[in-house]
Amino acid sequence: MLEVRDLQVGYGAITALHGISLRVEKGSIATLIGANGAGKSTMLRAISGLIPARSGSVLFEGRELLGQPAHEIVALGLAHSPEGRMVFANLSVEENLRMGAYLRKDGAGIAKDRDYVFDMFPRLKERRAQTAGTLSGGEQQMLAIGRALMSRPRCLMLDEPSLGIAPMLVATIFEKIVEINRELGLTILLVEQNANLALEVSQRGYVIETGRIILEDECKALRDNPQVRESYLGGH
Amino acid sequence: MEKLMNNGGSNGAKRWLLLGLVLVAVVSAFSGMINRYYLGVLVEAGVNVTLAVSLNLINGYTGQFSLGHGGFMAVGAYLAAKLTLLFGPALPPALQPVLFAGALLCGGMGAALAGLLVGVPSLRLRGDYLAVVTLAFGEIIRVVFQNSPAFGAATGLSGIAPWTNFFWSWSVALVTVYVVLALVHSTYGRGFLAVNDDEIAASAMGINPVRYKVTAFVVGAFFAGVAGGLFAHLKRAINPEGFNFMRSIDVVVMVILGGMGNTAGVVVAAVLLTLLPELLRGFSEYRMIVYSLLIITLMLLRPQGLFGRSSKGGRL
Repeated sequence: MLEVRDLQVGYGAITALHGISLRVEKGSIATLIGANGAGKSTMLRAISGLIPARSGSVLFEGRELLGQPAHEIVALGLAHSPEGRMVFANLSVEENLRMGAYLRKDGAGIAKDRDYVFDMFPRLKERRAQTAGTLSGGEQQMLAIGRALMSRPRCLMLDEPSLGIAPMLVATIFEKIVEINRELGLTILLVEQNANLALEVSQRGYVIETGRIILEDECKALRDNPQVRESYLGGH
Repeated sequence: MEKLMNNGGSNGAKRWLLLGLVLVAVVSAFSGMINRYYLGVLVEAGVNVTLAVSLNLINGYTGQFSLGHGGFMAVGAYLAAKLTLLFGPALPPALQPVLFAGALLCGGMGAALAGLLVGVPSLRLRGDYLAVVTLAFGEIIRVVFQNSPAFGAATGLSGIAPWTNFFWSWSVALVTVYVVLALVHSTYGRGFLAVNDDEIAASAMGINPVRYKVTAFVVGAFFAGVAGGLFAHLKRAINPEGFNFMRSIDVVVMVILGGMGNTAGVVVAAVLLTLLPELLRGFSEYRMIVYSLLIITLMLLRPQGLFGRSSKGGRL
């Protein structure tokens, strides 16, 4: 579904990604774990066209994405929920969801998907008229995920959905991610620092360190890998 | 356009527009009974409302910092004045309003073209950098007119027909308010606010930030140009100095005072800042000091602007 080959990205003289390759199979959840500054967000941003790549290739359903502007990549069916819950702070919850469906013209379908998001996150329904900037961190994350769903993508990239959220809500959000994957058959690429949870819900896992993939395997195997246990799962 | 207007809430806006136009027509009919001096101030207030509301689309709703409104205004003022000076004398009086409307439109279109030219650097620049570029651009426009014999060079144009009256000034102001509100309240127009809030997230939604920024500049500059045309036919004489960067600053102050991205507040601020210097005439030479102190006090008391709820969170 999504295949990244030897992707290199740099900011000026600094190379952030030294040739990354990974695959996300259709209908699966793949996860990329790594520490702060390892290059996780950079990779997602390069895939979705928000920053330019130096070289390499990104194939989505067999189509080359590199070189295409971000707003056209969304139209192909690849949605990106950016890190730090970048909701539109001055728009209402409902308007944020409407912006997620910006490229769609089917009013009835949009309303149906909005109701689906509201069913999934009842909190958002309660606060539908509220300005997004006044939501809690967890609610903003729900909104960011819901908004990404509104473009009706076939593949969804989530950047650190657990970042800065109350632990109780983190569990809820991960349940919803699995639900989205199962119910909608959506392919998901998950980027996380919270390796425990991420490896639990995903099938294929990649470990990134300073811009390089140092390990890749089935998530079950990664969880038992001594190196991963030591560095990412708290050494137990 | 139809797609833009076709949105919930714009029906109410249309009703307000009609009501406003009727009101303007009624006041115009009785304008002979209003003191000429007060009438002149009111007409100028209408021109300033157009300027401030159109700048608010660029600076308030879209979050681009433009200091180029004086320049856009100059383009509209010179083009419109030149056209009516050329064709006015030969026309029968009955056709004069047609010529005036045409001249204002041409002025607006010329300014929109200038807006397109400034909008392009805005794709790469933001904040202070963009402000400097737009400021420089406004100055370039002014200097071009200053050195064009066809436009009267440093002396400017004079003997312009006194066609700007209450009706023209406030009709244009109403249309500007209507277009800006209808634009930002449409589903398409929420993109302006989205780009302002977070450009990266907006791109990730399939919104093309470049298109919105350029659109804001073009539409904003268009109305600034029309306001310039009105200004020229109100003052009857224009010269390049009248469009220096202080003019742009004046408009920016109206927008900030009214509340970025809050059209109702900006309208009130534009009217208030037109009336204030007149009301302060009693202070004679200390007038501008009192004026500045009032602005400082207002900003300290209401940093979010007169009507603004947050820095840019107003809903109107």
